Amino acid sequence: MSDEVNLNRRQFLTKASAAVAGIAIAPGMLLFDFAHGRPLGEPASSTVRWGMLIDTTQCETGCNECVSACSKENGWPEARTSTDVQWIRKVDLKQLSTGRQSSLPMMCQHCAEPPCVDVCPTNASFKRADGIVLVDKHRCIGCRYCMMACPYKARSFVHEPVLDHDSDMPRGKGTVESCTLCVHRVDKGGTPACVEACAKAGHRAILFGDLNDPNSEIYLRIRSVTTSQLRADLGLNPGISFVGL
Amino acid sequence: MTQKTFGQSESRYFYLLVAFGLFIAAMGFGAAHYMEEHGHVVTGMNQQVVWGMPHVFAIFMIVAASGVLNVAAIGSVFGKVAYKGRAPLAGMLSIAMLAGGLAVLMLDLGRPERVIVAATNFNPTSVFAWNLPLYSGLFFFVSLYMWTLLEQRMNHWVKPIGLAVFTWRIILTTGTGLIFAFLVARQAYASAILPPMFLVMSFTWGLAVFHVVQSAMYAWNGKVHDPAILQRMRNLLGIFVIGTLYLVAAYHLTNLYFARQTAFEHFILRDGGIFPCLFWGGYVVFGSLLPLLLIYLPSLGKPRFVVAASLLVILGSFALLYVFIIGGQVFPLSIFPGYEVSSSFGDGQIASYHPSLPEFLLGFGGLAIAFLTTIIGVRVIDSLLPHDAPDRRKDNH
Repeated sequence: MSDEVNLNRRQFLTKASAAVAGIAIAPGMLLFDFAHGRPLGEPASSTVRWGMLIDTTQCETGCNECVSACSKENGWPEARTSTDVQWIRKVDLKQLSTGRQSSLPMMCQHCAEPPCVDVCPTNASFKRADGIVLVDKHRCIGCRYCMMACPYKARSFVHEPVLDHDSDMPRGKGTVESCTLCVHRVDKGGTPACVEACAKAGHRAILFGDLNDPNSEIYLRIRSVTTSQLRADLGLNPGISFVGL
Repeated sequence: MTQKTFGQSESRYFYLLVAFGLFIAAMGFGAAHYMEEHGHVVTGMNQQVVWGMPHVFAIFMIVAASGVLNVAAIGSVFGKVAYKGRAPLAGMLSIAMLAGGLAVLMLDLGRPERVIVAATNFNPTSVFAWNLPLYSGLFFFVSLYMWTLLEQRMNHWVKPIGLAVFTWRIILTTGTGLIFAFLVARQAYASAILPPMFLVMSFTWGLAVFHVVQSAMYAWNGKVHDPAILQRMRNLLGIFVIGTLYLVAAYHLTNLYFARQTAFEHFILRDGGIFPCLFWGGYVVFGSLLPLLLIYLPSLGKPRFVVAASLLVILGSFALLYVFIIGGQVFPLSIFPGYEVSSSFGDGQIASYHPSLPEFLLGFGGLAIAFLTTIIGVRVIDSLLPHDAPDRRKDNH
């Protein structure tokens, strides 16, 4: 009898320890910081700058989990033709000098100096105080000047009527759209869908967090490894950085 | 043909031309409605080529709208009497071309019904936004200018208002060039040479359009043309064609010199299929060299050759704009220099673009708006087309 009790107690302690350890290391395992949601009506703060660090050495060629997750989360159909929207895409790279191959997810780079915002005639393209670049779909007239100005081809024009869209993410024919950094999740303290999907697939290639917080995982990683920004020569200071490029 | 007989016999032709213009304009509106209903999926445009054939038409008309004012500027600002009689026609044509171009640009928007949003939200860092008051300003100043020309009591204001129009159109065409010059991301654009290039292109295309319209209007309305004035305008067209060639050459040669731009230039000038064909064949040979021959060969140079040269310049301008606008977009962006790139979004690939019928209809609809505005304007305001007085040949130029 007492052996039986001890066994149960031992099993309980083992499971409880695993659970506590799991809770303790989960943020690190998922490679993102738990963001703190802010109350409704409170404006985004410029003390925060949301960004991502993409590790191309961890991104698997052929894996499309981040794209599928974004598509599902934001209600855009995965691309079939050249007129279909793509908020995020997988880009396969082969270095010309060495033949080294790599893969990475490509989306809006949430620039500190976004050319799309500069050129938008109606202020439909705008940058929030926390660095997230968005399109006000109710103000966009569909001139596509932002698409001409974006150095990353990150924006898409909706070529067809939108029959079904998510209430969190209004979409409409004749307007331009792009990655919102899953602002609806971030504002509630969550993380972008692509980050979660990548971690779930076991690649941990995308790290999301506050670039201004010296204690954040992303800040510490960027400080400790060599990173690069795309088209850094343009001086746009994107919020997305890369490892292994 | 006397004015009276003209009025009796040509009336039918006038209404026929109006009917023709209305039909083409209606087709244009129909095409715009079709695009509005179904979305831009019915056009040839896609996620890589976001500005298509309508932009070629619209930018041609907007650039030429500024250029047709050459004649007005020569008459009113630089005081050449012989050109003054043509200034009202130039003003009318400018308003007509600008209206046609803007109509195409607006109807090609993803949400044309939100044009009021563009009018009420102004982003001071956007060149597009700057262009809106520039366009409205041109309508205003040219209308004012025509008033000073046509109303005798206002004639003493012609020179200052003419100067304002001249200044405004220079700024406006600079603004059109800046739309592209500010696109830092794209190899084809992002060049400070574009605003002056657009300016000289506007001189050339505007004068070519003016030649064609003037000849047609004078012929249709049975009015007398002074060959001496045509001769001077012919020489001016030749100089402008050479000026445009020079700036286009400078643009491509400077690009060729920059290693990062070489691949793009090779594509546009040599390897890009339709684009080198249109550039060399359409713009350089048929749109520039042949018109120069027609203008400068002593055995040619007659009025009908000048009109032929002008028509070729206009066709050449469409070829050049197609290469510039479409060719500049189909060439992939350089996001990952040093890498071979592929994706489902056309990264690293030459994009394809096949203009669709609605795009052409919309473009021609814009031309029809310009055509209708001009012929109705000329019909209503008789003094737009004065007879050339013989003594004007004696002007000292």
